[in-house]
Amino acid sequence: MATVYVNDKAVDIGDERLNCVQAAERAGVTIPHYCWHAALSVVASCRMCLVEVGERKVDEKGEVSTVMQPKVVPGCQTPVKDGTVIRTADAKSKDAQQRTLESLLLNHPLDCPVCDKAGECLLQDYSFQFGKAESRMVDEKKTPPNKPDIGTHVGLFTDRCIMCSRCVRFTREVSGTAELHVVNRGTHAEIDVFEGHPLDNKLSLNVVDLCPVGALASKDFLYSQRVWNLKSANGVCGGCSTGCSTHVDSNKDIVYRLRPRFNPRAQGHFMCDEGRLGYHHVNDPARLRQYLVRGENGTRAVEWSEAAGVCREKLGAAASRDPGRVWIVFSPSMTVEEAWLLANYARQLSPFVKLAMGPVTVSGADDTYPKDRKGRPEAKVKFTIRAEKASNARGVRGVLAHFQKDRLDYQHFLQAARGGQVDACLISQGQSPAIYKPGVEEGDALASVGFVAVQEMFASSLTDRAHVVIPASAFSEVDGTLVNHAGLAQAKRASCAPWRGTRTDGQFYLELLERKGLVHAGNLRKEIAKVIPAFKPLESGDLGEYGVYCEKLKDPA
Amino acid sequence: MAAFEPVLLRRLNRPECKTLTGYRADGGYRTLERALKEMSPDQVTTVVKDSGLRGRGGAGFPTGLKWTFLPKGHPGPIYLCVNCDESEPCTFNNRYLIECDPHQVLEGIILASYAIRATTAYFYVRYEYGSGTRTMQRAIDELYAAGMLGKNILGSEYSLDVVVHRGAAAYICGEETGLIESLEGKRAWPRIKPPFPAIEGAFRKPTIVNNPETLANVVNIVERGGEWFKSLGVPPDPKNPRDAGSFGSKLYCISGHVNKPGIVELPMGVTLRELLEVHGGGVWKGRKAKGAIPGGNSMGFCTEAEFDIPLDFNGPGKVGCLGLGTAAVTVFDETTSIVDVLHNLCRFFAHESCGQCTPCREGTAWMLKIVERIKRGQGRLEDLSILEEVADKIGIMPGTTICGLADGAGWPVKTAIRKFRDEFKTYLREGPGKGPSPGMRLQMAGGH
Ligand SMILES: Cc1cc2nc3c(=O)[nH]c(=O)nc-3n(C[C@H](O)[C@H](O)[C@H](O)COP(=O)(O)O)c2cc1C
Ligand code: SF4
Ligand code: SF4
Ligand code: SF4
Ligand code: FES
Repeated sequence: MATVYVNDKAVDIGDERLNCVQAAERAGVTIPHYCWHAALSVVASCRMCLVEVGERKVDEKGEVSTVMQPKVVPGCQTPVKDGTVIRTADAKSKDAQQRTLESLLLNHPLDCPVCDKAGECLLQDYSFQFGKAESRMVDEKKTPPNKPDIGTHVGLFTDRCIMCSRCVRFTREVSGTAELHVVNRGTHAEIDVFEGHPLDNKLSLNVVDLCPVGALASKDFLYSQRVWNLKSANGVCGGCSTGCSTHVDSNKDIVYRLRPRFNPRAQGHFMCDEGRLGYHHVNDPARLRQYLVRGENGTRAVEWSEAAGVCREKLGAAASRDPGRVWIVFSPSMTVEEAWLLANYARQLSPFVKLAMGPVTVSGADDTYPKDRKGRPEAKVKFTIRAEKASNARGVRGVLAHFQKDRLDYQHFLQAARGGQVDACLISQGQSPAIYKPGVEEGDALASVGFVAVQEMFASSLTDRAHVVIPASAFSEVDGTLVNHAGLAQAKRASCAPWRGTRTDGQFYLELLERKGLVHAGNLRKEIAKVIPAFKPLESGDLGEYGVYCEKLKDPA
Repeated sequence: MAAFEPVLLRRLNRPECKTLTGYRADGGYRTLERALKEMSPDQVTTVVKDSGLRGRGGAGFPTGLKWTFLPKGHPGPIYLCVNCDESEPCTFNNRYLIECDPHQVLEGIILASYAIRATTAYFYVRYEYGSGTRTMQRAIDELYAAGMLGKNILGSEYSLDVVVHRGAAAYICGEETGLIESLEGKRAWPRIKPPFPAIEGAFRKPTIVNNPETLANVVNIVERGGEWFKSLGVPPDPKNPRDAGSFGSKLYCISGHVNKPGIVELPMGVTLRELLEVHGGGVWKGRKAKGAIPGGNSMGFCTEAEFDIPLDFNGPGKVGCLGLGTAAVTVFDETTSIVDVLHNLCRFFAHESCGQCTPCREGTAWMLKIVERIKRGQGRLEDLSILEEVADKIGIMPGTTICGLADGAGWPVKTAIRKFRDEFKTYLREGPGKGPSPGMRLQMAGGH
């Protein structure tokens, strides 16, 4: 067990191997730092983290003495051990911090009013906390030209760069694609790419998060919002079964960006571009926003409760005739809670109603990073984009397995429908169109089904055939649990209200069940954990920041 | 005192010794032959260590001691990197060595490699040294043909390859870990230490970096013994327990406003004045000297009144300079504007900073901007204190920066202002054109 003293406060760091920046963090003290990042190699070049370091010793007589090193040292490069003393706020460290910041600001354009990073910029924050208010440079600043097309998704505001080289190290060490590098020396050093080889890889937008300043900007987000107007909610990416933890940033129920949220259990620090940019459908004005009932006299828009009533009536009637000819199809992107409510409704209809898994998109093979120079995956994997493009196939399967022995999938359903063995069905197909778009033949398969209810975000071949159309909610609108490829159950929070006039999917299922109240993910988790052993780890209702493992839901090795 | 007979430069004007036959006829490679037969690698190291030889590359680190930092019993490979990047302005001692006596350097390389059990020696040579590079390559080819490089050198158990690597043409390639990065094919961005190269250097293997002049000295030390070496130069200062002495002879480069620029080998400790008057032929055009740089740009300035300092490892420090550096003396005469000189030096460091560390990248450029503005006649009195302060804090090692370049960039600035403050003030008051020799550029030898 090791004790480190940070600004005279003792912290126990156990037997972990930490540097001064990390150890200070444990003591609640921020050592400002730019170039150091937990997921990248140590270069100790920005010299923002200079601190005084020393050693505390106790002699035989029990006398305590502290010997400090005469000069400040980079905290990110200096490991701590038992007895290490760190001083971050004394004159020497303060002087060093002020000097580094003064240097960094010498040529910085200070165009915060038009900079995307303003509000979450470490240069702003540290200058405020550790810097001086005025610059002593009266000479002209350098003004290197911007490189708006340095990457497919990323632009570079060259003059804002503080040369921390995080972006360069990311493309070398994590993506392995090595597009970014430094050209020129000294104050003329710039981040650049080789002609004709822009920053273009499936992880490229991570450099925007890594960039401590507003030098690298996401073209997708650029100039769309001031970050202080954004509200951030913890999310989980729906792009694939990796299930990266995210921040969903929205303003007035419009989602403006997704960012990775550090989660050592899910994906680490990063996320892929496809997942990050996979939110646009949420704000799409073409989204369905009306509950529709289609009858002999044409199509009517109805209140949500009426739509639920029609479903109850038709499905109920069909189930009492022949429950084996009633099918409920579950989307692999719905939450565990939603699946639970919908399955409960199915069982309320009859124990013989068929429960089928919706379409699970699998595209290619798992894509791992880093790549080597020839684009082949390296042995030591730091990030995986999974082939299975469904965020909760395991969670939904776990629920279905409890209610039905046979495992039925989407093909079984379509076959039965085509074969005229389906009298009524409810298809929950809330997947993003980027991941799954029903084909014409799927709609045709429903031609002879007597009653079709479809929950969808956009009009599709399925809604064309539906007798009841139920607008589906987007990932940003629901609280709930998603289980990733490794059986990790993570909680995501709603950041936006459902579209006006609509209810969330879960709320609609409650209506089907004629259950009162609102969807409360925590309570539902407790309920599920009591009944389904595979979900026992959810029993507290709270999954914490990183989620909990449901071992039984993991793929068999 | 009897005139000193050059040792390192004894074949300076004997072009026949550039060939293997000529060098051997002069007694060359006998030391190597004897060492391979009669001495163990550790014995060679001990001889070098006991001689008190200190590195000639600038830092003056005891050579034998450095060799002992290698991990004991390492399975290999271990590398020797010969640092012939020699980009310090006005420094050209290695250039003479490799152009005029390549085999002496190579004998030193093989001896040192044997001592440290290296399997490959990389000869990292300044890009601009085309002629020297070709001379070295020819000499290496001769050695391979004669069975004196490659497998089983001179019939012994010992095998060594020597590979010439042309440098990436930047000052920072001479910093030892910048050199290693550059050798590995990367940008010469100096590495953070630890680990030091002796533990983890080129290609992540234990590596020793030495200067060619250091290695040439090794030949003569192994040949004549440490006692001979110690009979030259200056013994340690008894009052300074950290002084390791300045033994042996040194190649002094003389340039700038002198009548006879060039190179001379002398026992360590010659005074700057003697070097200038006796060996450099005095200041040119009958003028007086204003000051000098005692050992390459990074060492700072001394005034004419300080010319009596001995040019050993301690001397320049006594008058507020950083140290001996490369022992390349650049003199400027009384008509030279110190503002011009400083501007020239600031340009050099701002141009050569590799740009990794914030204090160095920004500090060198800022100092240049200020000096440029002063030179234009738009200086302010407070600029002097800003310059002094930045120069003082830019490169405190270890701490503010990764390598010594930043420290070196600070010394000329702070010494110029401290030692020539009145001239700066006059210049600030009266502007360009009023001070001594306005607009005159100090002509510097050695490139840049
Ligand atoms: C910026 C910088 C440039 C340097 N350039 C050279 C050089 O050109 N040649 C050299 O031998 N040493 C140079 N050095 C010193 C080397 O880092 C190293 O100390 C030296 O090569 C060791 O050799 P030695 O022990 O034989 O002197 C430089 C150091 C710094 C900080
Ligand atoms: S662009 Fe950003 S991440 Fe890259 S070096 Fe500059 S400041 Fe650092
Ligand atoms: S890897 Fe998968 S979960 Fe992670 S961001 Fe990409 S699509 Fe989303
Ligand atoms: S001190 Fe200067 S030259 Fe040396 S590593 Fe840092 S930036 Fe590069
Ligand atoms: S964070 Fe330590 S030097 Fe950059």
